[in-house]
Amino acid sequence: MRRFFLILAIFAVAMNLCVSAQATNSEAAERDARVAAISKTLRCVVCQNQSIYDSNAPLAEDMRRLVEKRVAAGDSDDEVRDYLRERYGDYVLMTPPLQSNTLLLWLGPLVLLLLAGTWFVVRVRRKTVIDTADDLSDDDRARAHAALFGDKDDAS
Amino acid sequence: MSQTSLWTRLVPIAVFLVIAGFFAYGLSRDPSKIPTEMIDRPLPDFELPGLRDDEGVISDEVLRGQTSLVNVFGSWCVACLQEHPTLMRLAASTDVKIVGVNWRDDRQDALTWLQRHGDPYERIIFDADSELAIELGVTGAPETFVVDPNGRIRFKQVGPITEKVFKDTITPILKAIEAESNE
Repeated sequence: MRRFFLILAIFAVAMNLCVSAQATNSEAAERDARVAAISKTLRCVVCQNQSIYDSNAPLAEDMRRLVEKRVAAGDSDDEVRDYLRERYGDYVLMTPPLQSNTLLLWLGPLVLLLLAGTWFVVRVRRKTVIDTADDLSDDDRARAHAALFGDKDDAS
Repeated sequence: MSQTSLWTRLVPIAVFLVIAGFFAYGLSRDPSKIPTEMIDRPLPDFELPGLRDDEGVISDEVLRGQTSLVNVFGSWCVACLQEHPTLMRLAASTDVKIVGVNWRDDRQDALTWLQRHGDPYERIIFDADSELAIELGVTGAPETFVVDPNGRIRFKQVGPITEKVFKDTITPILKAIEAESNE
């Protein structure tokens, strides 16, 4: 009986260890996922158009480590981004923020689309007006018919 | 119809000019130059090992009380070698304090490099993991910061300091700082 309890105790302890190991594992995995997600939104400052997640540049490596450190220290995603933004400016963000100097960037395509759309509508309308304008005389109509479908009428 | 077609014909030209304008602006800029955020900001606090054996730990205290040039360099950096003679001359013939930040380097490589090319630095901060570099918003080497006696960053030079850069750009800033501290 005593042996049974001993085994049970050992089993319980082992289970416990397993569970806690799993807990720290999933916590670490979650943290890694966050580090990866944040890294993907930060631009590598030495390689133009890669995130620090994708870049192999030494500085990007160090920046990834910094992100890891800030996340481990309990910073939120935005706090980590702001930390680097404070030092490297908006440039370090992969997605430019919507602010006065990026208004043209964000709204430009929409404005172009609206302009092109307006132009298109205006043109189509004008064309319809021309098409329906009935200024052909009967003579012209007959000539057009003859040119298009041959002189069947005359031949018959 | 003929009046409208004149205007319609001008539209593509106008569009072309606008696009050409954007290209002229965009292509004439150096995309590797990132505007710095650090001007007029206080120097970050740091505590890092010195490069040389007898240097111990160096903190931001070392940059207070006197105007200094903080020069980010590495033995792996080709352009650093290009500016090195200028730094050597400044160390020998002016009283500007030059502090080095040895960035992402191997300690032995850096020491050998200094032995071979000369050592203009009063103190050298050994920053192997970009700790200080990221704090300073460094994007490449060489980069040089002018730090005033209050520990504020006043100017950042991206790329090598040439005699011309020193004379035309850095000297006026040094003079301005000096004038301020005499007030």
